[in-house]
Amino acid sequence: MSSKEPLSTPEKTTGLHIGEALPGVKKVDPILIVDKVSKDFGGLRAVDVDHLEIPRNAITALIGPNGAGKTTLFNLLTGFDKPDTGTWEFDGSKLAGIPAFKVAQLGEVRTFQLTKALSLLTVLENMKLGAKEQKGEKLLYSLVPALWKKQEKLIEQKALEILSRFKLAEKKDDFAASLSGGQRKLLEMARALMIDPTLVMLDEPMAGVNPALTESLLEHILNLKDQGLTVLFIEHDMHMVRHIADWVVVMAEGKVVAEGPPDKVMKEQAVVDAYLGSHQDVDLGVVTGRIKK
Amino acid sequence: MSLDTQLIGKRSIKSAAISLLIAIAGSFWSFQPAMANEVGTEFDNRISGNVQFEGEPLEGVLIRVSGQGYTNEVTTNSEGKWRIGVPEQGDYEVVLDESTLPDGISVVEEGATQQVNVGKSGRVTKNFFLGESERTTTSVMDQLIARSIYGLNFGLMLALAAIGLSLVFGTTGLSNFAHAEMVTFGAVMALLFSVVLEFPIWIAIPLAVIASGVMGYGLDSGLWKPLRKRGLGLVQLMILSIGLSLTARYIFQFFIGGETSQIPGYDAKKMNLFGAVALSVVDIVSMILSTVVILVFAFWLLYTKIGKATRAISDNASLAAASGIDVDRVIRIVWVVAASLAGLAGVLWAYFRPGIKWDMGAQILLLMFAAVTLGGLGTAFGALIGALIVGVLIETSALVIPNDLKYVGALVILIGILLFRPQGILGRKERIG
Amino acid sequence: MDWLIILSNTAGSMLSPITMAFALAALGLAVHFGFAGLLNFGVAGFMAIGAYGYVISILTFGFPWWAAILVSIGASIIFAIILGIPTLRLRGDYLAIVTIAAAEIVRLLFLTTAFTPVTGSALGLSGYHNSFRGANPFEWDGKRGFGPWTYTATEFWVLVIGLIMITVSLLFVWRLVKSPWGRVIKGIREDEDAVRALGKNVFAYKMQALIIGGILGALGGVMMVLPSSVLPASFVTALTFFVWTALLLGGAATVFGPVLGAVLFWILQAFLANLLPALSDIGLLGGINNQQAAIMRFILIGAGLMLLVIYRPQGILGDKKELTFVK
Repeated sequence: MSSKEPLSTPEKTTGLHIGEALPGVKKVDPILIVDKVSKDFGGLRAVDVDHLEIPRNAITALIGPNGAGKTTLFNLLTGFDKPDTGTWEFDGSKLAGIPAFKVAQLGEVRTFQLTKALSLLTVLENMKLGAKEQKGEKLLYSLVPALWKKQEKLIEQKALEILSRFKLAEKKDDFAASLSGGQRKLLEMARALMIDPTLVMLDEPMAGVNPALTESLLEHILNLKDQGLTVLFIEHDMHMVRHIADWVVVMAEGKVVAEGPPDKVMKEQAVVDAYLGSHQDVDLGVVTGRIKK
Repeated sequence: MSLDTQLIGKRSIKSAAISLLIAIAGSFWSFQPAMANEVGTEFDNRISGNVQFEGEPLEGVLIRVSGQGYTNEVTTNSEGKWRIGVPEQGDYEVVLDESTLPDGISVVEEGATQQVNVGKSGRVTKNFFLGESERTTTSVMDQLIARSIYGLNFGLMLALAAIGLSLVFGTTGLSNFAHAEMVTFGAVMALLFSVVLEFPIWIAIPLAVIASGVMGYGLDSGLWKPLRKRGLGLVQLMILSIGLSLTARYIFQFFIGGETSQIPGYDAKKMNLFGAVALSVVDIVSMILSTVVILVFAFWLLYTKIGKATRAISDNASLAAASGIDVDRVIRIVWVVAASLAGLAGVLWAYFRPGIKWDMGAQILLLMFAAVTLGGLGTAFGALIGALIVGVLIETSALVIPNDLKYVGALVILIGILLFRPQGILGRKERIG
Repeated sequence: MDWLIILSNTAGSMLSPITMAFALAALGLAVHFGFAGLLNFGVAGFMAIGAYGYVISILTFGFPWWAAILVSIGASIIFAIILGIPTLRLRGDYLAIVTIAAAEIVRLLFLTTAFTPVTGSALGLSGYHNSFRGANPFEWDGKRGFGPWTYTATEFWVLVIGLIMITVSLLFVWRLVKSPWGRVIKGIREDEDAVRALGKNVFAYKMQALIIGGILGALGGVMMVLPSSVLPASFVTALTFFVWTALLLGGAATVFGPVLGAVLFWILQAFLANLLPALSDIGLLGGINNQQAAIMRFILIGAGLMLLVIYRPQGILGDKKELTFVK
């Protein structure tokens, strides 16, 4: 995929939902089903999702104003935080109470808003860390190199292959600290692929990435769908959302206020209200009472 | 104030601090502890002690030391002091001959035969705890009340030290392991002013507190602030505070030796007040003084501008700075306050133990951390509550567990709190992400 | 001033039991802090458990010396687990406070008169060497060796055992660090959540690191008491701080740094312990007496630690880029 060719319009997956596109609508083939999940932070209800289903093998965008609870929902669904109420199912397995590392092992992998590329390791070491089949990571096996050297070579091959896809192969022996912000985002995504996940959850993948790399990132996310993975990502960049998302979920004040295909959802009143405030048509003077209408 | 006068002001404070330190060093060079009845003066090492009953020294009590193939004995002088030189470092047995005690008095705690170890410092002290032989049985309730009051006394002293520790943590994020040495510093200063320079005790103590404040100022301006500006991480600073603690401890030992020294008033008579409670004038003054100082401090923290700024910085330093608060200046003031409180705590600790020793602060370092953690790291009032609870707990626990394990109770609490409620009693749970 | 004696005592300290004890303890601390990022300030506690575990198994339970070492290792594993289960979830500086508290509790338990029959309380324990000395393959009268390194047969046996323990430990740690397990640990040191998100059981790894470092600390404790006797006064917090100094001096996140640091630390200590009193004897240090000259040594060490942390936190062998605790 050369950056010189114009990007073709991605093929959108349709027919994901059953019935009318309302918040909490059922999906034909959901990979993640969330039920009555809520979380309070000192009196403030940060997340209050009644029902949400994420369609398999599609790209779903999770949008909403700041403070809507998107990252908190990510944390809850991946085991990085405990909800006050609720259950959720991933690929048939109940995940409530499962620690974060097990969730990742089951195939639900996430990246972070503030990139966590391990800067004290090299790019290649970062990648190898992602692999799940390395026996040498167990204490007793680690002492006998003969037991893990072969696996290490296979993992290295896989890592190099993914790195070249992400155009990071030349940097493989550099410390991750020396990469640019955008390159670190790519590294985090590439590293997540080493686990062979089924669901990839990206928290603001475009944040802080310079525009030149945006195209490349978009391509990578689209490729994930081609490989059969499901993607759920949080974003603020509406162009990106419109461009690659098959489905959009809108959150505001902890609740899901709208769902649907991108172009339809963007026009919905509830979404406009959520982003712009419900009196955006009306002069502020009328709202505050200074102007008598 | 113009810039020039400001600079001159800073420089003269610094040079005053340095001259003070040099003066202190000079006067300690020739410091000699009080005289005692002594045998074995040809040896370098010695075991010494005090025999008293209810604040009155006992003369003519026979003390015998044996060990390492050597034995000797001496009787206490009119001040109740005794000293026996011993040839080698190592283990010795010290026996108080109870037949030489006045009628009706005997050794009550830990027995008339004691083991001591003369270590590298060449000196060790052994005091015997005397009491009336015919013990009237005191009810458990009376003992509990008495212990609680002693615990309150100890807790108030601990609070003075813990508050400073918590404030420093709250405003700078630093877990200052050298805080213990600031406590010792106060006691050592009191020793300097009252015994070496022979000022009256009621002048020596305020001077000691002032000297501690100056030390706090010096530490922040000379060490902590430059390192903060240099960008050292908190873990580095914590390890640094450990190095500072070590260095300070041995500097104290360098000047006052390994033995215990006393300041005037340490042997104030304990008066039987009610039930099993026996307090001396010093104890009572100490409790009142601590309470008053804490109340003044509370007022400062709650109602003055700087106090509020301190709380603002503890809450959110960048927001405080953005609101126009001069964070560095407030931190400097916090260090002065924390050091002064610690110094006062040191003086009170010297009366409580009783005695001033080079590692006296280190003995209660963990208790300070226990108090601060129990109350909530970073909150001053939490430190106060935590210290009172720790103090009462330690003293009352001595009723059920062996006396030499009484600090273990506080340490277990410390660990327990960190497990079940790391934010302590008054702290707030931090939001994740 | 006899330079020959000063230098010869200094050189001799390179291979002394206390140096080897520090090498093992510092290596354990390197696993804890240098590699896993665990702020363990309870090193003295692990060493005490190793030391007393060894001695008490011999004196109270009559074990032979090699079984007593195994008991030490076992005791340290149990201690690490008890310590780790509740505390490994804590933030860095909280862990530091808890580990100091735990080590103090251990020391107080060994010091209390309540357990005197078993622990000897303040006087400690001695006279447990028969089994160890009985196993000594070396037999000679008087001292053999060359220069400052002359030993009796018993001293040499202690030295040999110490060197064996250190060599095996070094090999063990080196292997670990270079393996995929080591890679996971290094990741955890920098950012636990990132490693968790990659499917690794971070808690288990930290516990393993705690146990391994704890075993090494316990072996250090055994080394300390192998020559003569065990005293609770040896296991105060200052011991922990000195081991930290040795570790930071050599290089916290390296394999050979701890050993180098321990050797240098004790060479420096021995040098100063011999030099300072000699200087004060000939009047070069003002009117201070011998005791004070000895104390000056510790003042210099404390000051040295401070300078080390400020100006060269990576120590001699370390790489500043690899450190997580340096900003």
